[in-house]
Amino acid sequence: MSGLSAKRISGGGWGERGGPPNADRVRIVVGHLYPEYLNIYADRGNIAVLAQRAAWRGHELEVQVVSADDPLVPGAHDLLYIGGGQDREQALVARDLVSKRGAVLEAAAGGAAVLAVCGGYQLLGRFYRFGNGEELPGVGLFPHHTIAGERRMIGDILLETELEGERRTIAGFENHAGRTYLDADAEPLGRVVAGFGNDGESGHEGCRVGRAIGTYLHGPLLPRNPWLADWVLAQAIAHRTGEAPRFEPLDDQLEDEAHAVSSQRARARGGRF
Amino acid sequence: MRVPLPLPALAATARAAGALSRLAGQGGGTTLPGKLLWKLDPGAVARLASRLPQGSAVLSATNGKTTTAAMTAEILRGKVRLAHNAAGANLVSGVASTLLAADHAELGLFEVDEAALPQVAELVQPRVLALGNLFRDQLDRYGELELIAERWRELVHRLPADAQLVVNGDDPQLGDLVRERPDAVVFGVDDRRHARPGGLQHAADSKHCVRCGAPYVFHAAYVGHLGEYECPQCGHRRPPLALAAREIELNGLDSTSFELAEPEGSRRVTLPLPGLYNVYNALAAASLSRALGASLDDVVAGLERFGAAFGRFERIAVGDRGLLMLLIKNPAGANEAIRTLVAGGAPTLAVIALNDAIADGKDVSWIWDVDFEPLLESLERVVVTGERAAELALRFKYAGFDAGAIEVLPSLERGLDRGLALTPPGAELVVLPTYTAMLELRRIVAERGYVAPYWEAA
Repeated sequence: MSGLSAKRISGGGWGERGGPPNADRVRIVVGHLYPEYLNIYADRGNIAVLAQRAAWRGHELEVQVVSADDPLVPGAHDLLYIGGGQDREQALVARDLVSKRGAVLEAAAGGAAVLAVCGGYQLLGRFYRFGNGEELPGVGLFPHHTIAGERRMIGDILLETELEGERRTIAGFENHAGRTYLDADAEPLGRVVAGFGNDGESGHEGCRVGRAIGTYLHGPLLPRNPWLADWVLAQAIAHRTGEAPRFEPLDDQLEDEAHAVSSQRARARGGRF
Repeated sequence: MRVPLPLPALAATARAAGALSRLAGQGGGTTLPGKLLWKLDPGAVARLASRLPQGSAVLSATNGKTTTAAMTAEILRGKVRLAHNAAGANLVSGVASTLLAADHAELGLFEVDEAALPQVAELVQPRVLALGNLFRDQLDRYGELELIAERWRELVHRLPADAQLVVNGDDPQLGDLVRERPDAVVFGVDDRRHARPGGLQHAADSKHCVRCGAPYVFHAAYVGHLGEYECPQCGHRRPPLALAAREIELNGLDSTSFELAEPEGSRRVTLPLPGLYNVYNALAAASLSRALGASLDDVVAGLERFGAAFGRFERIAVGDRGLLMLLIKNPAGANEAIRTLVAGGAPTLAVIALNDAIADGKDVSWIWDVDFEPLLESLERVVVTGERAAELALRFKYAGFDAGAIEVLPSLERGLDRGLALTPPGAELVVLPTYTAMLELRRIVAERGYVAPYWEAA
């Protein structure tokens, strides 16, 4: 394959605005939590995908950094994004995040979308317990807790999921020491086809609570799973307008190809003990 | 207890295996003899190392290992016979193979993988240990950067008192080791004119104090998080430099020059390599060589006649066109390669190759942390190739690059040929490959008769 005939995009940097004129143009406000601490697995790739796919639909994505000591105002953001960090960075933000616990829960209860990846996914659970028994308190948005394990779970991973009744796959890469245990009645994001998942045993990966999604998958997550990016965008717009839009499909040939290679990797060499 | 075979018999067996591997066309066979030796008798590696009359020097870093070791070898050339793993085989097996192949060597010079460092140091008991830098790299293999740092701290803690430690003081994780080893030789850059405008880059590591966790103030950030740091909370700061680069001049893609300042005096060095990151490599090589007893004259002469380690920054003539190959393997290294390339006259075409073998990192998410944007500004067309070519295409598409100007050719040979076809005669094609893609591309041009295979060139 050569000379792909994807639509022309104006040049520029991250989060380029543009796209067709749109009478229903929505300004989607994203609150990006602690990007200076939690950014280890290319989290800005996820943000870039959201920004571009919004722009191509004629919407606008504005990213506001919410850092330590910045106030988090419930309702101010249509989407809260929190990425991954090393244990050290996670410990540094955990205390601040707990002070925002009420605001995060109120925002989610008010219908804001949430995307939490890896370390952020752990911190939005009830707690993270280290090997020495020490505990980082969490936000409690997701009904789970995490316990550090001896061996890291590292590798390509493939999930099958039915977010809106439609069966889809999510391909990514996981790298975590923590074992995340969902409550019995919690809804996982997906079923592990190949790889470790939440705890390496249950066959579950991630967690969903309404418009909030948490997952260990990076790679980053959204570029090779564009349908999931669109789902997250639709949830964010629903917070703003009260209704999730039906998006026109985009030319996702490159995304599909990347998804296919990533899926194949997970099937061939996905993590297992 | 198993009775070990006598060393000569073991060595002969293991060497024969390497020769067979090459005969069978299985690449360089640079690690096979060592793997075999390690399997037959793990103690043999330490015994071989202990026979080196001048002992060993071991160096590690995320970025610049191969180049630093090659510079050191050039400085020491003609002074001492080296056992040097020049082909970049830097796990225990590679070091063992090198020891096997170097019968009459006097001094061991080993670049060692970051994760393998404690084990190799245990085996060869280096008289000099040089630590260059720690960046996020291959997280899929190493887990977290912090884990490597912790293992290095333990290694330094166990280092015998008569061994000399050499560290890059500009890396907070390494500068902190001076606390335990006040006799360490500390090197670094001292020229604020070359600090990155805007301070730390996106993917910077070690932004927070290794002692107390508060964000560092960077008076100057030179390459990634390497620079002049100070913690406003606990006061941890870059240690005093014993060996510094000052008055640095970057001359595009051709060369760099700097004042090499050390206690014995100061000398101007012109390095035939581009980029500030190569100044760091030169400083590491200079400090290591001085610790091994080289004179300041030897250091300057060796650095000035140095040619690049294969694939790191390599110019290869391919018929009437040229290839300029710059290895990329992690965000910090790739950012510096791009910065150097753009400073030397930004290209309009590039071939970028992404593989995801173990040596490249199975997790390709790092490409999203690379600041490709300065390069994309000048590019009119990009050929993406390698096993994960589609991921690269997405990286550029979502950076706002015209998807119609991205050509996706996963076959490296086809990607290379497409790039060459787009390059006018007499011009140079810029190629940015990951590690195994670089080896494969070199193999392809070697088969066409343009360059020696790496195990011969090295």
